[in-house]
Amino acid sequence: MNNSPYIRKPASIQTVMLKVLLALLPGVAAYVWFFGVGVLINLVLASLAALLGEALMLKARGRPVGIFLADLSAVVTAWLVVLTFPPIAPWWLTVSATLFAIVVVKQLYGGLGQNPFNPAMAGYAIMIVAFPALMSQWPHGGLGLAAQLDLIAGGLRDLDAITGATPLDALRTGLRESATPTTVQQVIAGSPAFGLVGGKGWEWIAAGYLLGGLWLWQQRIITWHLPLAFLAGIAIVSGALWAIDPGAFASPLLHLVAGGTMLGAFFIVTDPVSGPTTPRGKLYFAAGAALITVVIRAFGAYPDGIAFAVLLMNICAPLLDMKNQPPVFGHKDD
Amino acid sequence: MGKPFDFHGGVKPQTNKAQSTREAIAVASLPSQMVVPLHQSIGGTPHPLVQAGERVLKGQRIGAADGNVSAAVHAPTSGTVIAVEPRVMAHTSGLAMLSVVIEPDGEDAWLPLSPSNYHSLQGDEIRDLLRDAGVVGLGGAVFPSHLKLKAGKDKRMTLVLNGAECEPYITCDDMLMRERAQDILRGGQIMRHMLGADTVLIGIEDNKPEAAAAMRAAVAALGEDMQVVVVPTRYPAGGAKQLIRSLTGIEVPHGKRSTDYGVQCFNVGTAYAIHETINLGRPLISRIVTVSGNVERPRNYEVLFGTPMSHLLRLAGAKPDTDRTVMGGPMMGYLMPKPDVPVVKATNCVIAGSRALFPPPPPEMPCIRCTACVDVCPADLQPHEMYWFARAKNFGKTQEYHVFDCIECGCCAYVCPSHIPLVDYYRFAKTEIWARERNKDAADQARERFEFRTLREQREKEEKAAKLAVKAAAGRQTAEKRVVPPAPPPAAPADARPAAVAAARAEGALAVTADAAPGAAPSPDPKKALIEAAIERARQQREAIAPKNTENLTAAQKAEIVEIEARRAKIRERARTHDEDARQ
Repeated sequence: MNNSPYIRKPASIQTVMLKVLLALLPGVAAYVWFFGVGVLINLVLASLAALLGEALMLKARGRPVGIFLADLSAVVTAWLVVLTFPPIAPWWLTVSATLFAIVVVKQLYGGLGQNPFNPAMAGYAIMIVAFPALMSQWPHGGLGLAAQLDLIAGGLRDLDAITGATPLDALRTGLRESATPTTVQQVIAGSPAFGLVGGKGWEWIAAGYLLGGLWLWQQRIITWHLPLAFLAGIAIVSGALWAIDPGAFASPLLHLVAGGTMLGAFFIVTDPVSGPTTPRGKLYFAAGAALITVVIRAFGAYPDGIAFAVLLMNICAPLLDMKNQPPVFGHKDD
Repeated sequence: MGKPFDFHGGVKPQTNKAQSTREAIAVASLPSQMVVPLHQSIGGTPHPLVQAGERVLKGQRIGAADGNVSAAVHAPTSGTVIAVEPRVMAHTSGLAMLSVVIEPDGEDAWLPLSPSNYHSLQGDEIRDLLRDAGVVGLGGAVFPSHLKLKAGKDKRMTLVLNGAECEPYITCDDMLMRERAQDILRGGQIMRHMLGADTVLIGIEDNKPEAAAAMRAAVAALGEDMQVVVVPTRYPAGGAKQLIRSLTGIEVPHGKRSTDYGVQCFNVGTAYAIHETINLGRPLISRIVTVSGNVERPRNYEVLFGTPMSHLLRLAGAKPDTDRTVMGGPMMGYLMPKPDVPVVKATNCVIAGSRALFPPPPPEMPCIRCTACVDVCPADLQPHEMYWFARAKNFGKTQEYHVFDCIECGCCAYVCPSHIPLVDYYRFAKTEIWARERNKDAADQARERFEFRTLREQREKEEKAAKLAVKAAAGRQTAEKRVVPPAPPPAAPADARPAAVAAARAEGALAVTADAAPGAAPSPDPKKALIEAAIERARQQREAIAPKNTENLTAAQKAEIVEIEARRAKIRERARTHDEDARQ
């Protein structure tokens, strides 16, 4: 190396990805506490699948396998796939979603740093379109390890015995499929899925993600723009709908702690590769994703819309950056 | 006065400054040979004023400034010039440039010095003195100082003295401020006088409390109205643009003169050099150099220009595993092609490097657009975007994203988690753009030359045609007067054919001919008439000339012609038969 700088901060992609994984741990812990260890099994399976898929593709593309596996970006993708999937999803569902994310969405577009779309969200989107039923079966709190293992291994599903619905799902079903006109309040009162402010247990998982996300911000892995704009966008759009008709639309608080909102705000819209990089671009990106998310939740055919929202906004990311270049030193009055 | 403004970005690498500030500045001993490159500043290369074999005195001018954008070079000590030849210069490229090689005589005998009183000198006189004393910016940019010391036109000027010294390892300004604060301020007085500056701000990073205290004490001692402003330690706080912004809030854009914004910034070492030059009459022949890194005794030395860096490394005790020499700091410094290149005006620091000190970077990974580089860029650029564009050789886009506003401070590469040598990509983009501009300029020049030549040729043709047309018209008028021309007019014969051709061309080309021939016949189409006249005259002349060749010959000449014709016939005959043979 001939040219300055001759010194470097000890930073690496591996450290960045490791910090993201660490930041996910509080949320994962809450997940295990409320829904059992199934999620851990899927985390392990998906991680292995991601590493294997990445290794094979790197080999096929003639890239060094070791350093790219060690960067841990594949593991992050795998974890995000698992954390958006039901914890009792059968192993082949998680594994094929992860492989699709890694092999098609990431490696076929050129590998690390090259993918225009968020791989985990693409994996989620394709599976919720292909297997909508399997993608919305969450275990109820008391399901034991053996039962979860059996389900993950592909065992038969006695739906009434094993599953509870997610709060957003319960809300959708309650509002749209009941014989008599029902209000949000009635659905919440009548369903065991709801807890203090959001879904039962979900509030704590959301709190775990929030904690991890704030730590990432403190570590300067992410900036405040994306999470804040995303959460504010969710609150404002859902708040507006709620103000119009509190009987037909859920409260902003429920939207903030339910579903993947917190995970999305701190770990998904913040994906640097497929997202914008300019401060203003980030604000528009997250606000747009929030708008689409709430619209899909309130009017769409799917219980949660973050994946579609993020994928749609990924398309806009280059344009958002191009049109929102911040002023350069000495050119601020130009 | 606190810190009124701030600049964006910056990094906080280990400063590694404590090692070289434990001891006072020492005077480096004389080496056995000194190599003084003539080109040590921005601008023209000075012309050598000495020849091999000549004796020189310390401070004697050995290179004269080439024009105004240049600065003179002087003998660092007394001795004998043993060569004026290209020598490898203190640059990574390892290229050689014309240098004066001096063998010191050990006397170190000064030229008689002539101090001045700047109050009694005109601005231009001081500027000439500075140029001829070789004073340039000693912060590393080596821009000739006299060019920057001009009063602002209609702005109130602020003089910023830069003692921030933000690069790791480098402490030469720190030590200079600690030890020679008053002399720095005396230089500052001259600068203030020349700029007509009413405010003088001295910026020092807060990791140099001794220097700040010394400067404050000096300000008080001299009773000068100058302010010492302590800025937070954050690289590159000492970049001229960054310091100006920190102290005044003014952002000087790339390519603009800071004078136009009412501010001018000089390194404290430059202020000291100006004091030495004007008040003491000594030209710039030495500077303070930090010798640090992989050495036993890191220290600052007062070093004569031309001293080999290896000499300094020996003085400081370079450790055995030293494998490279870096000039400047680890963030913006340059790798030297070999350790014995000379110390020049730009040499603020010499670092003995080793694998342990500057380990090779980990393998380069792809950019993940994490924007760590954006967070630290002091020029508010989007380094990752410029990197993508430079990589794609989309140089137009790099320019659109202001690659030329990049000061190459290295912050982006320092923090990049993918270990991408980002600054190299910007240097690459800049040099490519410069090369293309040079090529374009060359092509433009060539085209202009070609177009000018075509134009000139055409103009000459037209002028000739016009001249001939006038003559032709005149000839026709004479011809009209005479019924039958007994002989062609004496001036014409040789010009006849070209005249006809030119006239024919002139038909399509220009109305000039018509204007230029006011005497032509008032026919309905004067141009055509002129041409016809010219053609007619040419025909007549040909007829008139053709027979002339063989008329009035002597008998002997006629016999000779017959003989020649016979010979030619024979040759033709032989050639024909030869051709037929060849065909068979």
